[in-house]
Amino acid sequence: MTELRYTGAEIAAVVAARSVEDNKVVFTGTGLPLMAMALAQRLYAPNLVIVFEGGQVQPILSGKYTPFSPNDIRAGYKAVMLASTTDVLCLMQRGHVDYGFISGAQIDQYGNVNTSFIGDYRKPKVRLPGSGGANDIASLASKVIIITRHEKRRFVEKVDFITSPGNVDEKGREYHGLIFGKPLLIITGLAVMDYHPELKRVRLKALHPGVTLEQVLDNMGFKPIIPDKIEVTKPPTEEELRILREMDPEGRWVEHPK
Amino acid sequence: MMDLIEARKVAEQRDHSMKDKLMSMDEAVRKYVKNGDTVALSSANYNRLAMAAVREMIRQNIRDLTIAKTLCSFDVELLLAAGLVKKVISSWTSIGVVWGVSRIFRMRVESGEVEFEEWSNLGINLRFKAAAMGVPFLPTFAMLGSDLPKVNKAMTITCPYTGLKLIAVPALFPDVAIIHVQRADKYGNAIIDGPVFADPDIARAAKHVIITAEEIVDTNEIRREADKTCIPFFLVDAVVCAPFGSHPYDCFGYYDIDYEHVDDYVNAVKEGKLEAAQEYLQEYVYGVKDHFEYLQKIPLERVLAKVHRAKAIRYGWE
Repeated sequence: MTELRYTGAEIAAVVAARSVEDNKVVFTGTGLPLMAMALAQRLYAPNLVIVFEGGQVQPILSGKYTPFSPNDIRAGYKAVMLASTTDVLCLMQRGHVDYGFISGAQIDQYGNVNTSFIGDYRKPKVRLPGSGGANDIASLASKVIIITRHEKRRFVEKVDFITSPGNVDEKGREYHGLIFGKPLLIITGLAVMDYHPELKRVRLKALHPGVTLEQVLDNMGFKPIIPDKIEVTKPPTEEELRILREMDPEGRWVEHPK
Repeated sequence: MMDLIEARKVAEQRDHSMKDKLMSMDEAVRKYVKNGDTVALSSANYNRLAMAAVREMIRQNIRDLTIAKTLCSFDVELLLAAGLVKKVISSWTSIGVVWGVSRIFRMRVESGEVEFEEWSNLGINLRFKAAAMGVPFLPTFAMLGSDLPKVNKAMTITCPYTGLKLIAVPALFPDVAIIHVQRADKYGNAIIDGPVFADPDIARAAKHVIITAEEIVDTNEIRREADKTCIPFFLVDAVVCAPFGSHPYDCFGYYDIDYEHVDDYVNAVKEGKLEAAQEYLQEYVYGVKDHFEYLQKIPLERVLAKVHRAKAIRYGWE
């Protein structure tokens, strides 16, 4: 059997698709996590319910009208409800969102995410677009999954600014008033990480096939907790890759191999 | 005076009569948008942007604006490029996720020219909601444990009933809200098809409201679908007919985004920075006298394809 070629983005999407249970509600943006959820609907979780911050409840991801933004008109294709933004974000605050997906420019050892700015607030070195719904997802969804590129400059010991809280610090979320929800996983092109329940810090969970521990650590600005037993991700199947590429033929959202 | 008291007073003194408010965009903007105003704009990144009104604001060179919008987009991009903004109150500012971080936004904020007051999406939505309800604040669990309260000055409070820690967001009363809708009558009764975002709330929060509509319809049409009216006439000061008023962005049920138009702009700015953005303004804003002259610059066959696509999405065609 010839070995399948795939990109880091593709295996991240595949792992995300396998990480959600069926019949649950997912709050997501567009791009890679949305493709991952569409894949999940096709193979593992046919009754997965998608909710976007634009107020769309259970749109159909046909592949024909893939949204550019959770607020565009495509995001509401065949939805069962088109509500206000406050309405859907409050559904999440009320406890009706099982999984939330976010990404980030910087992620630290407590799983906090920065999408606001690098440097100083008044005169930032790099101004980023800002929270959008990411802070709300990180604060209010029951389980939060981060998907990001595995790069040293992203995984920093301490983020310049906490836009979206993970465990916040060693005291944990509850201390800061976040009595609901928890960060669940960080999925990258190299590995899967979770969190140490007592230390609150990021812990390595699994390496993707062919990836070494050194490779993961070399591409991080902090050292995650290394468990006694590190799992190895089950490689993407032909079917998973085929569906992902069919839904995104140009590789606009989930990069294809060159 | 406290914002809430002032906003209440403006409401009490309003002419609430059901009178004809149809006027040109030029007149509506001249009358109701002033230098230094806090302006709330409809939409959230995509769908029903008040683009025609924004282009008119740029033509009239209305300065020192504070823009309040849940998620900013091409509207705020052009206002930033024109140098008319001193502050943006929002949860997110760029053009669209597919185009990455806006270069113009970065330049204006990184140089310290423009202040960006950042909230979470629910945070800013609730600021409008509080104002719409006529109360000074609303509580939420969002933004707890984050650094956002350090820069936006949200307060941590303790619930008087449960003792739980919460974030209190202050009501935001814009001087004027400009809202693009699908249908309105001449009195200002407005129907929004598809997602409403925070728009019913920004209409209630603001001291003045300009409605721009794809179509001006008879009041009997409004009465037949009164359950779809989300802004009642007595909140509204001006009604403007602006077909394709969200162009180059989308409008639910009417047209999809003119992706090529925005893509050309982004690519030009990637190369030519602010100068390229100003060239764009010269061609599509300063160089045309009004929205109808602007529309003549847009290739018809491209627009028709977007119209077809929006219908397909609206009615769920395969």
